[in-house]
Amino acid sequence: MELHHSKHHAAYVANLNKAISSPTSANTQSLIHFNGGGHINHSIFWNNLTPASSPEAAKSAAPTLMQAIEKKFGSFEDFQAKFGAMLLGIQGSGWGWLVLKQGAELDIVTTRDQDIITDGATALIGVDMWEHAYYLQYLNGKAAYVENIWNIINWKYAETRLKGDVQGEFKELKAML
Amino acid sequence: MSVATSARSMLVRASRASSIRSLGSLTAVRSKYTLPDLPYDYGALEPHISGQIMEVHYTKHHQTYVNGINDAQEKFAAASTPAEKVALTSLIKFHGGGHVNHSLFWENLSPANKDGGDPPSGALATAINDSWGSLDNFKGKMNTALAGIQGSGWGWLVKDNTTGKLSIITMPNQDPVNTTQFTPLVGIDAWEHAYYLQYKNVKADYFKAIWNVINWKTAEKRFS
Ligand SMILES: [Fe+2]
Ligand SMILES: [Fe+2]
Repeated sequence: MELHHSKHHAAYVANLNKAISSPTSANTQSLIHFNGGGHINHSIFWNNLTPASSPEAAKSAAPTLMQAIEKKFGSFEDFQAKFGAMLLGIQGSGWGWLVLKQGAELDIVTTRDQDIITDGATALIGVDMWEHAYYLQYLNGKAAYVENIWNIINWKYAETRLKGDVQGEFKELKAML
Repeated sequence: MSVATSARSMLVRASRASSIRSLGSLTAVRSKYTLPDLPYDYGALEPHISGQIMEVHYTKHHQTYVNGINDAQEKFAAASTPAEKVALTSLIKFHGGGHVNHSLFWENLSPANKDGGDPPSGALATAINDSWGSLDNFKGKMNTALAGIQGSGWGWLVKDNTTGKLSIITMPNQDPVNTTQFTPLVGIDAWEHAYYLQYKNVKADYFKAIWNVINWKTAEKRFS
């Protein structure tokens, strides 16, 4: 957590600011896209997590979302299995997301590298599947990382994102990506 | 036979075998891919690459690509419709690419007290000087390319098969070098698993250090 936040996320922020303030190189747009995406994705990710002992980590903290998950996936366990398989199938660096699509339907999708959720969809839960997110603890055992992350998902935050209007977050930055 | 040649010919054999199977004319026993022998001990590249990294990288990551390509090919052979086969191509490319890339990579490395880090000589040295002025300048350019990879991927020094000219290219994830166009000479794994246990987020230090264990003799053989 410390390295991930204080080094990786910090590097995305620093490189984003550098690319914006001195847009001199030929690949400035690509640097803004990558580092801006890294900043947005990690910002959502930290809020997605909470200590396992906290009330926010209980599924009961997200009654509306749980209903929607059961409606879409049949059961929470089916959702978990599908989401987990999708995460483990990512080829390279990327993220897995539970999103609310336009039209208010849930879906699970992946984005590669630091690409963000777009097309009017709202990210509810994001899981960082870059190797830096788990390697020091799990090495190549990413299945265990995926299994354990369910214990620290902040369901209250996901419920808030489901109900609230978060389309406006990072509006200016998203427009630059 | 070099690893590059053998990896290429394995892929050729594999595609030939599957096209024969798809005709239903032959029930050949397909030989499975296996991990190539590592030409040095896990700890032999220290302090530049730790023994723990080498062991996990070889016995876990590379093994997963080997298992993945074998599994995907089995499913490919068993698939009855073109749609099912097409759905498997991404897995075959990913795991097959991972197997090819890592097989080339291990041969690219050598302990610093053996061939590791000894500068190239002969025609390859001349070609590098022609393109970049000096070996150090080339390393700097290659390290910049490696550091610029956005996500997982590889950096390669390649020879253009038509013009003979050298260049630096990067490939995302496990995409292999297009060997119709290029001959890969030196490949550097820029996935986080290649350095994270030792270098953490400071990947620039990994890219600097790895030149101490690059086996230029392998590159020279591939070049000529
Ligand atoms: Fe991350
Ligand atoms: Fe690797």
